[in-house]
Amino acid sequence: MALDKNQIAQRIAQELRDGWYVNLGIGIPTLVANFIPKGIEVEFQSENGILGMGPFPIDGEEDADLINAGKQTITAMDGAAYFDSATSFAMIRGQHVQLTVLGAMEVSENGDIANWKIPGKMVKGMGGAMDLVASADNIIVAMMHANKRGESKLLKNCSLPLTGVGCVKKVVTNLAVLEIVEGGGFKLIERAPGVSVEEIQNATEGTLIIEGDIPEMVL
Amino acid sequence: MNKVVDNVEVACEGIENGMTIMLGGFGLCGIPENSIAQLVKLGTTDLTCISNNAGVDDFGLGLLLQKHQIKKMISSYVGENDEFERQMLSGELEVDLIPQGSLAERCRAGGAGIPAFFTPAGYGTEIAEGKEVREFNGKPHILESALTADYAIVKAWKGDTAGNLIFKGTARNFNPMMAMAGKITIAEVEELVPAGELDPNQIHIAGIFVQRIFQGKDYEKRIEQRTVRQKS
Repeated sequence: MALDKNQIAQRIAQELRDGWYVNLGIGIPTLVANFIPKGIEVEFQSENGILGMGPFPIDGEEDADLINAGKQTITAMDGAAYFDSATSFAMIRGQHVQLTVLGAMEVSENGDIANWKIPGKMVKGMGGAMDLVASADNIIVAMMHANKRGESKLLKNCSLPLTGVGCVKKVVTNLAVLEIVEGGGFKLIERAPGVSVEEIQNATEGTLIIEGDIPEMVL
Repeated sequence: MNKVVDNVEVACEGIENGMTIMLGGFGLCGIPENSIAQLVKLGTTDLTCISNNAGVDDFGLGLLLQKHQIKKMISSYVGENDEFERQMLSGELEVDLIPQGSLAERCRAGGAGIPAFFTPAGYGTEIAEGKEVREFNGKPHILESALTADYAIVKAWKGDTAGNLIFKGTARNFNPMMAMAGKITIAEVEELVPAGELDPNQIHIAGIFVQRIFQGKDYEKRIEQRTVRQKS
């Protein structure tokens, strides 16, 4: 069975390590915060100016002056800090944030990512995504394997305007965990439970590298 | 030095058609509500607005867009505003979309006397077109220039008569850098106190960056995405 959005987030949460500062993008990435493995401590950064972001507030306790980058009301954990936008991106560009998780419309086999614009149709802007992907060492893309029209989002080359080049290291989709290898290609690391290698192959337009037996994810 | 002006009308004096104005805020968080309302009242047109977002259809900068007072927007994310998208796609509105970190740093640089800087953000994308590329530590970077404005309008939580400002929560966002980058910076505050009442250790932006400060009123502080959980 292909994963649902929560399960994608749950699988990505397994990549978290103790002591990391993590920036989560809008959508599936936000859900990662719900699945932090027991026994480790991570702190979430939101690029609008908070480190130590906590869960959504209890109904009635929301504060208009405390939001995340998705403009949702949030809370602050003990030990949180607020800062301005320039300082926030200093943390990001300066590589003080260990992991960035974000969504994408397309990823190419050499690690290019497109997630900010569909020419003539959707023009929302890149927000902080270009800064994040250009700077972070460790970028995981969380997305569905195919778009709403059933077309693969893992491509040889992105067709949409790029957000960044050669920056994505790992992709977690509803079907698989894949690593982008040097020289290009999606190396299949894990399959979603019950999903066959053939299904993943058929859903992947870019080069899929299959070495040996591919284990199922353990959630 | 006393930076206090009586009200928003006096604070916004001198803002003319065709000027470039920076406005603090992220989404609707930390936006100068009083001054935006005053710009709507003044009907100033052909403005170039530098702001991370463009408000929503009926609040924030959306109010200026509705009245076609903005000629050009310089922003990083404008996805919350249908009227904005319509004006942009129809060519009524000029739009310069730039990465959020570059926008913040360009404002900071503008206020700090740094004319330009290299950043990796946007390399290899369409926003790098026409920009100088240089490699540092084996990695390509693009040259981005500083931004300044005729007026910067910021919103703070507390301010004193000397123009010192303290922000609250994530309402700080772009306000400090924009305060630095305005030729004239207007600060509206929720609570204006006499100089000496704010602890100098707690000041986020020193009064040197603020030319006019006033006590704001009737803050709506609209929440864009009210997201809550139930008490367990």
